Amino acid sequence: MVEAVAEPPVERKLVEVVERIARTAPASAEHRVVIEPESPWKIVDFGDLWRYRELLFFLALRDVKVRYKQTALGAAWAILQPAMLMVIFTYFFHRMGKLGSGDMPYSLFACAGLLPWLLYSQAVTQASNSVVGSERLVSKIYFPRLLVPLASIGAVIVDFIVGCSLLVFMMIWKGYPPSAQFPVALVALAALLMHATAAGTLLAALNVRYRDFRYVVPFGIQLLMFATPTIYMELPAEHGKFFTLLLLNPLTPLIDAFRAGLLGDDIPWVGLCMGLASGVVALVAAFAVFRKVEDTFADVI
Amino acid sequence: MRRPAIRVDGLGKKYKITHEARGRYKTLRESVMDLAAAPFRRLKGESGTTQEEFWALKDVAFEVQPGEVVGIIGRNGAGKSTLLKVLSRITKPTTGRVELNGRVGSLLEVGTGFHPELTGRENVYLNGSILGMTRREIDRKFDEIVAFAEVEKFLDTPVKRYSSGMYVRLAFAVAAHLEPEILIIDEVLAVGDASFQKKCLGKMRESADSGCTVLLVSHQMANVRDLCGKAVWLSEGRVRANASTAMVIDEYTADSGVRNAPGEWSDLRHALRTGTGPVRFRAVSCYGATPSDPPVPDGSMNIIARLDSGVGASRDLRIEVRLADQFHTRVFQANSFEVWRPLELPQGETLVQFSIDQLHLAPGTYGVYLSVGDAEGYHDVISDALRIEVLPTRESEPQRWSELSLVTRSFDFAVRPVEVGSASIIQ
Repeated sequence: MVEAVAEPPVERKLVEVVERIARTAPASAEHRVVIEPESPWKIVDFGDLWRYRELLFFLALRDVKVRYKQTALGAAWAILQPAMLMVIFTYFFHRMGKLGSGDMPYSLFACAGLLPWLLYSQAVTQASNSVVGSERLVSKIYFPRLLVPLASIGAVIVDFIVGCSLLVFMMIWKGYPPSAQFPVALVALAALLMHATAAGTLLAALNVRYRDFRYVVPFGIQLLMFATPTIYMELPAEHGKFFTLLLLNPLTPLIDAFRAGLLGDDIPWVGLCMGLASGVVALVAAFAVFRKVEDTFADVI
Repeated sequence: MRRPAIRVDGLGKKYKITHEARGRYKTLRESVMDLAAAPFRRLKGESGTTQEEFWALKDVAFEVQPGEVVGIIGRNGAGKSTLLKVLSRITKPTTGRVELNGRVGSLLEVGTGFHPELTGRENVYLNGSILGMTRREIDRKFDEIVAFAEVEKFLDTPVKRYSSGMYVRLAFAVAAHLEPEILIIDEVLAVGDASFQKKCLGKMRESADSGCTVLLVSHQMANVRDLCGKAVWLSEGRVRANASTAMVIDEYTADSGVRNAPGEWSDLRHALRTGTGPVRFRAVSCYGATPSDPPVPDGSMNIIARLDSGVGASRDLRIEVRLADQFHTRVFQANSFEVWRPLELPQGETLVQFSIDQLHLAPGTYGVYLSVGDAEGYHDVISDALRIEVLPTRESEPQRWSELSLVTRSFDFAVRPVEVGSASIIQ
């Protein structure tokens, strides 16, 4: 009988692995899991999310790190993108299109509108593709599926924070110190994130079953930008019916409130409150839908 | 009394099979169209024609005590993989309940979540937390993991630049340090070849009192027999038997059509084949030393093929038999041409017997390939004519075999008419 002559190192390792696993004494008695078809009334299993909070962190960290890997400029892209858009907007919309910005310099106006808009649009885009993009993870291992879109949004937030240095730079350059209403900007930002998370998780869930959303989302985001006029122009005091319709878009008052809060302007209180309320409703609804379909992800994806 | 490590109760998993060529991806348009058309279809009484319910698991119930090693056996499609998916929480059951007391680790998810762009260091943290380790745990074990994987020098290199060996080592190093209390292994999905798996599992058995509960899904009866104290036999989504391994395997092998009992004929008339010559294989059977013995390692083996020779068969026939292991690696080959030429078969049915006096095969499942042809080409080729099971003998130690041991080239070849029952005519 001939014994195996020399084991390849990988195999030797594998043997050691299994040995290790087998040797291990039960570490802690309290890993108890009950798997059963769940009641449909629980919208988010916060306990489960909390248990996996570190995974959320690592997934977000992964998304941040991977985003600008093997790029020469790295994280500078987070600044360059809004900066270039700002320049383009200033030239086309302001110089050529004669769109106004009140008494604020247009470039600063556009910058303060573009940053929250990019936060929203990037968050929705990234989140909507996140679950499908993590196909291998989803079909191989258990973890709260909600972490995937949440982590991708977390990475977008990091981009936003980096991008804010452009805004700070513009504020210093144009001589606009942050106003005393600054907290309002944060509230507006929170509401904006709620809307983004709601749309992102909903689209992520739908994308698993209908890959159509892969094409719908980029197109929809483009349309939405034009339907959110506050990004690139001052809202006129007098406007027609069509424009009023656009104001129903909750993003308009939220971005407006962000800018007004930051740079000191009249805050659209009604719109802000409505945006906040609709954000909460949308978030609960989106989580409920996600919850309902996440159990089938592994079967469908 | 201790709580069972795994308790499965009335478990059921229903899938809907759509009978459409399109498969599972539906575009929104199709769904909308289906939805719009559904009421009309119902009016016509056609509902249910497109979808069929399929229970991959039904009323599955069993318990595993801490420290037990339990084998899950069953044919393809019996629900083994679905059961593992439910147990590792990848998919939710439709009915029933599973209770897991202990941290679950599975060797089917090794390397899952590795991101090629990230460095080794980053991937250890990411993968560790995906597998359920806390950050502190990973911090504590980090050096150990890295030393284990032998990738110290490449910690800050993206893993996409790793060699595949380094990649697998790192992935396994992370999995190894998870220290699960319940280990789920799917042999088909596990990395490594048969011998390696066998070795791993052998080691696992040696440390039986470690307290680690193991659930092993395997197609290799020999492995299950060697390693598992208990076995659960799944058949069509239900538990067919759940008892000591020996009992379950006996029942399983006795189940008709699973494996051919020694000496039993396997009908080849409807087998998948290539070649259109006048000589066709009719049936095949296999046995060990005598027609009632199963083949054993180091024992002799007889493979008998029943051939039907039509008009126009050549006088220069050659018959070949090959054995291949579960990974389709050829382990034995014998050609009538080498010992007996030229071969001429009488018209009608003939028995052809290959007798291999000592076949050093490791315990496991082997596929038999048969071909008959002449100088012009093949008459009939059946690549999966028969599956044979080489069982470990009681005296034999399971550790002795490497994946493939030496195969003797010495064999005998005989041709005899069908009618002659026991008398064997050798050359």
